Amino acid sequence: MEQLLGLFVRSIFIENMALAFFLGMCSFMAMSKKINAAIGLGIAVIVVQTLTVPANNLILTYLLKEDALAWAGVTGVDLTFLSFISFIGVIAAIVQIMEIVMDKYMPALYNALGVFLPLITVNCVIMAGSLFMVERDYHFVESVVYGVGSGTGWAIAIVVLASIKEKMKYSDVPEGLRGLGITFITVGLMSLGFMSFGGISL
Amino acid sequence: MSTKTKDLLVKPILENNPVILQILGICSALAVTSSVKVSLVMAIGLTLVSAFSNFFVSLVRNFLPNSVRIIAQMIIISALVIVVDQVLKAVAYDISKQLSVFVGLIITNCIVMGRTEAFALKNPPIPSFMDGIGHGLGYSALLIVIATFREIFGAGKWFGIQILPTVSEGGWYVPNGLLLLPPSAFFIIGIIIWGMRTWKKNQVEKADFKIAPNSTTTQEIA
Repeated sequence: MEQLLGLFVRSIFIENMALAFFLGMCSFMAMSKKINAAIGLGIAVIVVQTLTVPANNLILTYLLKEDALAWAGVTGVDLTFLSFISFIGVIAAIVQIMEIVMDKYMPALYNALGVFLPLITVNCVIMAGSLFMVERDYHFVESVVYGVGSGTGWAIAIVVLASIKEKMKYSDVPEGLRGLGITFITVGLMSLGFMSFGGISL
Repeated sequence: MSTKTKDLLVKPILENNPVILQILGICSALAVTSSVKVSLVMAIGLTLVSAFSNFFVSLVRNFLPNSVRIIAQMIIISALVIVVDQVLKAVAYDISKQLSVFVGLIITNCIVMGRTEAFALKNPPIPSFMDGIGHGLGYSALLIVIATFREIFGAGKWFGIQILPTVSEGGWYVPNGLLLLPPSAFFIIGIIIWGMRTWKKNQVEKADFKIAPNSTTTQEIA
């Protein structure tokens, strides 16, 4: 339990997807103009990440790993080279299913998050979550915790950036730095702040 | 080489750089740049994937129903990335370990997807191929510049060769450790963008707001 809690805190703060691994930067930069949009995208990322990382974990353990097909009587088959293509397939499928289910049963939520869902398929945070899960050999429970944690970390980062950018609307930025340039430098400073979590050992 | 081909190849490097101007593919541009060697491998990988995915998507563009095009592009791209990953694992295992998840993330790199979507679906295979290479080169150029800066000042090396002799090895240069850490990549890209936009004024973004001139000037108050 303690170890899982440690993993959770680590994936949010110390190994923050956006600020320590630079993942999901494209939508991070593009969607951080308004706080509301940032919150919506953040929540969508948490939900999708929580579903896809464990789902990919199951697929990896029961279908792709060496001898994983033993339950079906097939041995000696190693399909790990197919992991990229199956992960992206699973992600695309889950996002699509979520969209359909939400549209049918939770129209209010769909109206709020609907526009962000297609964006998420190609968001590197989601794919990276699954790939890190493979690289670090998380088992199923760990993968659930990691999914929630890394999604939350990214959501916190984008909401904080959007808030900072909203405050900066009226600041007089040099011409060449306007827009993208100053955003990069702001994110750099945020990332420097988050580095201070690095000293915490869990 | 016709002017059009040249445009396709050269334009994305300075005039319309995918990273600086189109905000595409930033994730990996930041993450792999702490050493030049790793960035070079990443850049080659991305250029190849981008060129060939553009080529193949363009080949099938007339048979592709609009509703399934995204997933079809995804499959083409991920198949190519698997090839790159397998080759890297076989040929340069150390580097592939250092790149860790970032090779896999070429799949979700917006440059590749963005170009197939914006260019390859509307153009014949050969120009699409060139466009892919051009954007790959634009990305590579930026990656190498950042990596050069970070490696020389962060570790005193370039491509693993000692350029500035560091104090720990009896030289005079005290390496700036910050440059090997994540935040420095953000600062460097920010500064590069600043430089580019000061040089090429047409890339400057329009301000969302303008501060209105003060209604009362200081003289009036005095």
